[in-house]
Amino acid sequence: MIQDSAKALARKRRIHAIIMVVLILVFIAFIFPFILVVINVFKEKVDIVKDPLSLIGVKKGFTLENFPNAIQKMDFFKAFANSLIITVSSTILTLLLSSMTAFVIVRNKWKACALLFAAMVASMVIPFQVLMVPLVSLYGGIFGVLNHRLTLILMHTGFSLSMATFMFHGAIHTNIPLELEEAAFIDGCTRWQTWWKIVFPLLKPTIATVAIIDAMAFWNDYLLPSLVLQKKELYTIPIATQAFYGTFSSDLGLIMAALLLAMLPILILYVLLQRFIVEGVTSGAVKG
Amino acid sequence: MDKNKMSYKVSQFLMFGGISTVLFLGVVILPFIYGLYLTFTSWDGVSRSKPLVGFANYLAAFKDIDFWAAMGRTIIYSAIAVILINIVAFLLAYLVTSGVKGQNFFRAGFFVPNLIGGIVLGYVWQFVFSRALPAVGIPKLLGTTESGAMFAMILVSVWQFAGYMMLIYVAGFMSVSKALMEAAQIDGCTPSQSTWYVTVPLMRASFVQCLFLSITRCFMVYDVNLSLTKGEPAGKSVMAAMHVYNQAFTYKNYGTGQAEALILFLVCAIVGVTQVYIGKKGEVEA
Repeated sequence: MIQDSAKALARKRRIHAIIMVVLILVFIAFIFPFILVVINVFKEKVDIVKDPLSLIGVKKGFTLENFPNAIQKMDFFKAFANSLIITVSSTILTLLLSSMTAFVIVRNKWKACALLFAAMVASMVIPFQVLMVPLVSLYGGIFGVLNHRLTLILMHTGFSLSMATFMFHGAIHTNIPLELEEAAFIDGCTRWQTWWKIVFPLLKPTIATVAIIDAMAFWNDYLLPSLVLQKKELYTIPIATQAFYGTFSSDLGLIMAALLLAMLPILILYVLLQRFIVEGVTSGAVKG
Repeated sequence: MDKNKMSYKVSQFLMFGGISTVLFLGVVILPFIYGLYLTFTSWDGVSRSKPLVGFANYLAAFKDIDFWAAMGRTIIYSAIAVILINIVAFLLAYLVTSGVKGQNFFRAGFFVPNLIGGIVLGYVWQFVFSRALPAVGIPKLLGTTESGAMFAMILVSVWQFAGYMMLIYVAGFMSVSKALMEAAQIDGCTPSQSTWYVTVPLMRASFVQCLFLSITRCFMVYDVNLSLTKGEPAGKSVMAAMHVYNQAFTYKNYGTGQAEALILFLVCAIVGVTQVYIGKKGEVEA
């Protein structure tokens, strides 16, 4: 018996060792493209062309020149600022509006609420490609409001409201006891105060989930921003990267720097908030 | 205040849901309806007049050989990519829930491609395919053959989405009670048998969800298509979403483009809903 369990333990250790090796190999394969960018960003074009796999440039050696060049030619800080303004405003707006909407929908059995919620849930299946042509022809052709950051912020918010309202609906329905709101009412809170002081703070886990999912989607979105923002000074990072690649695709050193710069902000954020992001994405995916 | 008064209801609804309703209607519902209208017009994107043409756009869409070629390509790509994404994701999820050291690190690591937008990922991989791999003797995949471009698209998609689906499968694995596994093993199952016959059937919901997500994402692929292959060689790697974009915004056939977008949406919805329906039918409860 003791021998048996010792054998089982040895077997388990062996399996774990094999799993570990497999995981490490797959992990290296997964981050291999990123490693390539990192080793080539410090080389000049001739060295990248000659040997993209060498750690240090063979002919010209180590260089930092690619960064300032790419930053300047891509107008990186401008694009970064645009992306940041658009992502942060859209995310905050989505969080506030969708939680308010979910609150009024859950707590009242009015026809308008049921209708709005049904329309929102149904609309979640519509892909953006079905809406992009009419969107451009309405807001570009008829109303002429393209090329404003605010237009993009409102559109981002409008597209993400359904999903966010759906998630807050579930959270309020299951996690916020009605008695709490009745107590607030007796203590003299208006509906507005009840929402802002009682309900909203209690929704923190859902707020984090929605914020992470939507902020990532807004930050990385390309198609909608590229249709709305067509002036260079309004470009977000994905559009700026695309435009930059179109102009400098042969200058590999610059391209590597631009790609690394485009990835860096979100990778840094991921290192800092990794646990929250993984949890948020998981619970968002499982609930949605 | 009388809570049954119409004025109270209206003011409450507008206070909490007014702005949302306006944005939602303006960005989703209005364009959707207007898009249906556009399919019955021949609009070039510039002129003020949008002459009504009846079903001509749908007819043009059905006759558009390039569109159906792109659609066929998208279906083949989606079928292979969806299967591979889910196999890889499931295996990764199995490995990172097996209790080895550092499994949280690996979970976080495999998710990294999802953090970065499709445009940037496509360019990174373009460098891999056209510079790094040829340096070790692997021939260029992009811009030469149709199948090469297809292979590249599938590989990048699997790499991009597997980590995300893995997280959903991990949640599935965790939701299956350990007691059931133990019971199965006491009854004589080996660990792999208890995974296959006990855990997997109970994770059906995770499979349905991952398949649905990967189907819809693959069918609508655009960003990676644009940055990785750009439709090259000679338009032989243009996926359906890119064809719709070109039809509308490059060739200025807005009506036909919108009609094709609707057809693409319907095909994708039919595949997705059928999958969910079949998947849910045999669901078992623990």
